[in-house]
Amino acid sequence: MSIVRLDRGDKASRAEIIRREADEPRSQVVVLGKDKPLKLDAGVELSPYQVAYQTYGELNADRSNAILICHALTGDQHVHNVHPVTGKEGWWDSIVGPGLPIDTDRFFVICSNVLGGCLGTTGPASKNPATGEPYGLTFPVVTVRDMVRAQAALLDHLGIGQLLCVAGGSMGGMQVLQWVVTYPERIFSALPIATAARHSAQNIAFHEVGRQAVMADPDWRNGKYLVEGTSPHRGLAVARMAAHITYLSDAALHRKFGRRLQDRELPTFGFDADFQVENYLRYQGSSFVERFDANSYLYITRAMDYFDLAGEHGDVLANAFRNLKSRVCMVSFTSDWLFPTEEARQIVHALNAAGAPVSFAEIETDKGHDAFLLDEPELFAIVRGFLDSAAKKRGVKAPK
Amino acid sequence: MLTSTNPGAFVARAIPKTPRLDLVVVANMVEPGSRVLDVGCGDGELLQLLAETRDVDARGIEISRDGVNECVAKGLAVIQGDADTDLADYPDSTFDYVILSQTIQATRRPRWVLEQMLRIGKRVIVSFPNFGHWRIRGQLLWYGRMPITQNLPVSWYDTPNIHFCTIRDFVDLTRALDVKIERGVAFGPSGGRVRFDAPWWFWNLFGEQAVFLLSRKN
Repeated sequence: MSIVRLDRGDKASRAEIIRREADEPRSQVVVLGKDKPLKLDAGVELSPYQVAYQTYGELNADRSNAILICHALTGDQHVHNVHPVTGKEGWWDSIVGPGLPIDTDRFFVICSNVLGGCLGTTGPASKNPATGEPYGLTFPVVTVRDMVRAQAALLDHLGIGQLLCVAGGSMGGMQVLQWVVTYPERIFSALPIATAARHSAQNIAFHEVGRQAVMADPDWRNGKYLVEGTSPHRGLAVARMAAHITYLSDAALHRKFGRRLQDRELPTFGFDADFQVENYLRYQGSSFVERFDANSYLYITRAMDYFDLAGEHGDVLANAFRNLKSRVCMVSFTSDWLFPTEEARQIVHALNAAGAPVSFAEIETDKGHDAFLLDEPELFAIVRGFLDSAAKKRGVKAPK
Repeated sequence: MLTSTNPGAFVARAIPKTPRLDLVVVANMVEPGSRVLDVGCGDGELLQLLAETRDVDARGIEISRDGVNECVAKGLAVIQGDADTDLADYPDSTFDYVILSQTIQATRRPRWVLEQMLRIGKRVIVSFPNFGHWRIRGQLLWYGRMPITQNLPVSWYDTPNIHFCTIRDFVDLTRALDVKIERGVAFGPSGGRVRFDAPWWFWNLFGEQAVFLLSRKN
């Protein structure tokens, strides 16, 4: 890899791509809420709103084999197909597909872009029907619960009453937990991975660093960069670089890069990317801005910051899970310091106290938070076993 | 003293084909359709037996990560946790049965664990290797060394078992905790049951393993 620069590319064309993907994504879309507005936690109503989604596999006759996958902060609905913007394979191709643990030969898999996102579901980059211009900062602040409400509306549209399972990692796991609390009767089972019942102070702090990096970019233009044809991609890239460190672990970074130098034998005594790890982060930052909207990053990180399940229930998490019948399988990773095992354990204790059927597995890995996206055989075995037993218990028949 | 309990109340029912007799004995003590927590459930063998033959709502807690992951992959509701601390997190009378199968001797605080189990379960089933069995006594007596048997094959320095007890010791503990022994079974190495009308000293000498069904008196 050659040295990566953060301010490459054409700003105007980048703004163009972001606007196009927000309004006319290369994905299935549905416009909802014309007659039934989405009531947001912020106290405003959104109507109409668009939801972009992908599906894989077929729905069976009694509609009992649907699995909803919830994506993470910078993920999208392209779980198991080539990404329309980056051309890369789907982000959960390792686990979703024919014969894989989330088996598309047996299950009907759905994933939608979250509310506030930038790949076709209404968000700050989308055109505000009232003005004809992108919402920008006039878009209401959304919460994880709002995202889940929009997903529930999508399921209504698709004619799916109860999901066999709702699964996801990180912010996807937050949505899974929100499903468990808000729509317990609509899920037969839930699989939250590498997540927590609330965003910790440390995690809010990291997000604030990212947001400040975006807003400090002069091209951010108070959030009006799409209208003004600029792109705060340097700020967004820095935000991504800082965040990316939190997704890894010290051990993983050291194993991957150590102190090795990039394309050189000796340090340059300057501020170029001497170290491979620097160049790797620059690459992560600069490739991220090709597909992600800076304002979306602000909104979605904010939604995660506001997430606090116990807070909705008098600060007693067990009360959030009262009378829960759905099976829950919680998974954490030993080296994940963003959503450490301790946070998962608190959820498990609360589920136990509420008498809910819960499993909990901690997987040993040095790959950090990102382990849920990577090749982890133990995770695969657990997901397969959990879904098999849920499908068996529910009597799910394969689609014809 | 010895007639205060009635071990003979246990009547063997149709036993499904499984390799381990002690698990079958435990399973047969569980009413079908009940709610069960297996403390120290290992790879989930007992839970699976209970789910398949007794149609129970089976939950487990297991300290080893490998054990938990194996259980979850089998579709069992098992969480990773430490019996010595985590039982305190469960509310009162959550389960119909709380089972401690071949685990009490590996806990740091057997008395506390048993108290917690009696709190969170309406009934408690405990199975354990009897350290009063004549073979074990014989090894100590004749060789002066910590016994190694087919049932307890690990040397003292490697064993996770730190709190061995005999059947009599266990019965004493149930008295100290003021709990009722509803049933008891002791069986020898070949799986033969110790005569149910035999006195405790006989059980203690010839029972290699014991299973007790306990309940709170009040």
